Amino acid sequence: MDQTANQLQDQFQQRIDLEQKIEPKDWMPEKYRQTLIRQISQHAHSEIIGMLPEGNWITRAPSLKRKAILLAKVQDEAGHGLYLYSAAETLGISRDEMYEQLHSGKAKYSSIFNYPTLSWADMGAIGWLVDGAAIMNQVPLCRTSFGPYARAMVRVCKEESFHQRQGFECLLQLSKGSEVQRQMCQDAINRWWWPSLMMFGPKDDESPNSKLSMQWKIKRFTNDELRQKFVDMIAEQIKLLNMVLPDPELTWNEQTKHYDYGAINWEEFKQVIQGNGPCNKERLEARKKAWADGAWVRDAAIAHATKQAKRKAAAQTYSAKETE
Amino acid sequence: MRLYLQKNHYGDYGDGHAGGLEQDANQDQQKQWPLWEVFMRSKQGLDHKHAGSLHAADATMALENARDVYTRRNEGVSIWVVESKHIHASDPDAAAEFFEPANDKIYRHPSFYDLPDSLKHM
Ligand SMILES: [Fe+2]
Ligand SMILES: [Fe+2]
Repeated sequence: MDQTANQLQDQFQQRIDLEQKIEPKDWMPEKYRQTLIRQISQHAHSEIIGMLPEGNWITRAPSLKRKAILLAKVQDEAGHGLYLYSAAETLGISRDEMYEQLHSGKAKYSSIFNYPTLSWADMGAIGWLVDGAAIMNQVPLCRTSFGPYARAMVRVCKEESFHQRQGFECLLQLSKGSEVQRQMCQDAINRWWWPSLMMFGPKDDESPNSKLSMQWKIKRFTNDELRQKFVDMIAEQIKLLNMVLPDPELTWNEQTKHYDYGAINWEEFKQVIQGNGPCNKERLEARKKAWADGAWVRDAAIAHATKQAKRKAAAQTYSAKETE
Repeated sequence: MRLYLQKNHYGDYGDGHAGGLEQDANQDQQKQWPLWEVFMRSKQGLDHKHAGSLHAADATMALENARDVYTRRNEGVSIWVVESKHIHASDPDAAAEFFEPANDKIYRHPSFYDLPDSLKHM
């Protein structure tokens, strides 16, 4: 038994090394399945919870154009959550189980969504920085080893590019506006910069699951590698806004050809993950309320479908008798 | 020797979770909407292709949800939905034997035939 299990493990790793995708019906190590269920469902939860901070500004968008854009973006995030939930379901966990894990606090979601959205400029900063960081993570996931996850990520990435562009454009407009608008823009950048860097997760030497995920090609870059890429990208883009990043240590390093940046406050990250961020409670409450308030709709739809199915069956029996 | 440690796939994790509304019609505890697979024709003249899956109470809702989830940017001109439990699939662990008959018939491919270069239009 042990030997067979080992053989299967070896064959599995060989397939991974040959860049063959793993599909739901294929044999996989239990740890691979569990790692993916955790990662994909957390990713799905993040998309769903991620609608809340932006949803906060839909009714107060400064123009009809901005409102339509924001609405479309938030709707996309709902779609991303749905793609990902169905990818996770192919691994044998049910949708309701995943919801239950989210609602009970057992499952995590991205810590970034536990920060408040205080001004309209936050909509720009989220699109540019938060979606920008998400894209950095998501693009390599289009080549992740599990087929349904990779395919879901291809769809997601196609849609994300609009999210980041609309965010930057929103800030660009503010950056060319009045003094108050410029301040609002800078303030939003100040508040979202550090939490965006935390989105890439703990430092490599403190990220215990990373090694196995790299070996299984679930991940293809480490947290620190992706974070560095993000810093390099944003440090250049911000010049177009004539704003600054809130990090006095941010400097171009001629030797490494990368930007050096200051220390991240990991204690804050830990606190937010553990549920002590500014909005953890509010987000989870809002999510649970939406689920509870929708219960009667779900039940009614089932009742309606059941009734229709029965009627159809009865009509068929009747017409079968007629033709006898 | 083949060993099945665990198997879960589309439409294969229990009717209670994944579908079976008709059979379960009399069980009032049916709570979760069944799972559907979505197939999309991206433009006229092309095949329908698997796009993903979703939950819906019935076929009408499955089609509307599929439109909202999978075609927000005109990705499709036609959608098929089928309840996942109705999909039958070949066994990946038996794929080698199952597809074996095609393996040794290389003469089915045009490149099998060694013909002079001077032969044109073939
Ligand atoms: Fe997203
Ligand atoms: Fe997004």
